Amino acid sequence: MSTTAIDTQIALNGALNRNAPIRQSAGAQVTDYDNRQTVGKITVDNPKMACREVNVYYGQKHAIKNVSLDIGANEVIAFIGPSGCGKSTFIRCLNRMNDTIPAARVTGLIKLDDDDIHAKEIDVVQLRARVGMVFQKPNPFPKSIYENVAYGPRIHGMVNDKAELDQLVRDSLERAGLIKEVEKRMLEPGTSLSGGQQQRLCIARAIAVNPEVILMDEPCSALDPIATAKIEELIDELRENYTIVIVTHSMQQAARVSQRTAYFHLGDLIEIGDTDQIFTNPRHKLTEDYITGRFG
Amino acid sequence: MNKATSPNGATPPHERDIKTIVNAGLARRHAAERRFRWYGLTAITLGLAFVVLMFANIINKGLPAFWQTYIQVPITFDAAALDPEGQRDPRALAGADYNALVRAGLRQLFPKVEGRLPLRALSALVSTDASYDLQRRVLADPQLIGTQQEIWLLASAAVDTFVKGNIDRGLEEANRPIKDNQIDWIDQLRAAGKIERQFNAVLFRSGDSREPEQAGIRGALMGSFFTLLVTFLLSFPIGVATAVYLEEFAPKNRWTDIIEVNINNLAAVPSIVFGLLGLAVFINFFGLPRSAPLVGGLVLSLMTLPVIIIAGRAALTSVPPSIREAALGMGASKLQMVGHHVLPLAMPGMLTGSIIGMARALGESAPLLMIGMVAFIVDVPKSFLDPATVLPVQIYLWSDLPERAFVERTSAAIMVLLAFMILMNGLAILLRKRFERRW
Ligand SMILES: Nc1ncnc2c1ncn2[C@@H]1O[C@H](COP(=O)(O)OP(=O)(O)O)[C@@H](O)[C@H]1O
Ligand SMILES: [Mg+2]
Repeated sequence: MSTTAIDTQIALNGALNRNAPIRQSAGAQVTDYDNRQTVGKITVDNPKMACREVNVYYGQKHAIKNVSLDIGANEVIAFIGPSGCGKSTFIRCLNRMNDTIPAARVTGLIKLDDDDIHAKEIDVVQLRARVGMVFQKPNPFPKSIYENVAYGPRIHGMVNDKAELDQLVRDSLERAGLIKEVEKRMLEPGTSLSGGQQQRLCIARAIAVNPEVILMDEPCSALDPIATAKIEELIDELRENYTIVIVTHSMQQAARVSQRTAYFHLGDLIEIGDTDQIFTNPRHKLTEDYITGRFG
Repeated sequence: MNKATSPNGATPPHERDIKTIVNAGLARRHAAERRFRWYGLTAITLGLAFVVLMFANIINKGLPAFWQTYIQVPITFDAAALDPEGQRDPRALAGADYNALVRAGLRQLFPKVEGRLPLRALSALVSTDASYDLQRRVLADPQLIGTQQEIWLLASAAVDTFVKGNIDRGLEEANRPIKDNQIDWIDQLRAAGKIERQFNAVLFRSGDSREPEQAGIRGALMGSFFTLLVTFLLSFPIGVATAVYLEEFAPKNRWTDIIEVNINNLAAVPSIVFGLLGLAVFINFFGLPRSAPLVGGLVLSLMTLPVIIIAGRAALTSVPPSIREAALGMGASKLQMVGHHVLPLAMPGMLTGSIIGMARALGESAPLLMIGMVAFIVDVPKSFLDPATVLPVQIYLWSDLPERAFVERTSAAIMVLLAFMILMNGLAILLRKRFERRW
């Protein structure tokens, strides 16, 4: 990728890799639709993850183009954008889920704390234990509710005995706000729960291994409004202990749950900034068109 | 825009009345549907009719074979003849002349019979196995010596066939296997209640024999059992491992494409070719014994493997990707993902495929002919290396024999084979039903 003079102007507050070149236009308002350089401050003071010049290719298709951004600790960051713009592709870079797609190729730097997640000494198993994921469609294992939550701690050898495991399962379900509903039916299959409960079970399953970051790819798109509200509430509570990245197609949801928002368009990161600012005062014309509903 | 004109001057299509147009064609559509239903029904009825016909024919022919004629004969276990030394030495007891006992018993029934030929005809009423039967009884219970017992002896095949009504009395004597004087005796025995049809335990207890009344399917059943056991033990683990590797681990490239095409082709190779391969490789090259269930199992494994691999891969692909993602997202390694989630979910499908493959192997005869499992084998095989034959080959062997009693047994063996097939397929259906998609 070509680097422009603008790159040098960037102040990299708190960025992990201060030397990574970053595209970022400095101006206030961007009215030129063809200008695909990121508007807004990509860095944060207290980053949990940092991505620099990330590109993703599916064979010949360039799905993510030179995206750089920081994810702050204990913040909820929302990725929005029209469908097909690469939100899922990008979020799946963060726990290397794209490794499972043979055609996908990821370049660029992604850091979790001080570790380069693509480094040889970082095993994906370790990475995915630290960066959990909740998927669009609730996908509990076809096993009991208990087994669903116990699975992660079991395979990672987190607990020493059954009592510890029981406690951990209870705590996780408690944190996911599900304990009251499933207390009496721990041995029933996870798939017997309602959609919203299943998704909270998936969240419980993810937090059972005590991850640092939780990725959520449109976690509410298959749920009704009440179940959605519960999950949003839960996300707000979880922020205390975890860093959360959420992909959503609902701008209201992004506005409700996130502190920062990133707007993607056809593989480019168009704009990033505080959620309030993005929704009240977008600086790029593409962002404005999207949030005002002109397309999407 | 001038809306009234259409290329040929008629009303333009969008102004025609859809209701009348649809109604006009409706009768034709319904007729086509009815016709189609009729074709289907006719085809199914025809198919079912043939199945019923086949089953009726087989059962009609084979059912009598499950009963066998026995003749009650008074046997004097004469101590002087059986055990002159009085030691009750099993060797001496085994060597005694039991044929004489049988002859004596029959003469006791018909004291008036005189002459060499009539006496021989009289002896021919009972099976040659009768003397061995007495020997077994005495060896099992030496207390019998010195007593007289009414014993049900196995009738000869000719008598059995006659009693079952399959020999016409009206036939000229020279043309029937059973002579006039024998018919006379049988009638007398019948009148005295000394002839009876009992459950044919011999059929399930003994191996093949030249004498139809002594021939059983035990040998073939055990041969089939050992052969299928080898087949299952080899083809199931290898097939499942191959399916898992190809589906979950192998890179998708030209090599795996070639392997895939070849596996699909192997499933379509005529089974006799596998027999020739087995003959060349296992027997001629590796020097394994002929006629052995081990070699039969190896050959049938070659045949069953592609079936299991294909079924296994289909079962694996039917596990939804969301389950894989869930496992990987939790930080499970690939092997853990497969072992903990994908394989358990695919297992019913794999088992179903394997059972169907095994049922096919059970019915297979052509490749086994190639490796010598077609020999006449009297002894019931006891291991993977004993010479053996299998059920379908036994059927093939018996179907070649002219005796009516063997015709009967052929059908009986077919019934047993079909019963096993139905059992296996039923098991496959049960498995499929029991473990239907749970996600
Ligand atoms: N496995 C894949 N193989 C090839 N192309 C893909 C694959 N997954 C996604 N894409 C393409 O990458 C682009 C981004 O997709 P995605 O990240 O799923 O978008 P979003 O989640 O924002 O709707 C789309 O154009 C999509 O067609
Ligand atoms: Mg998506």
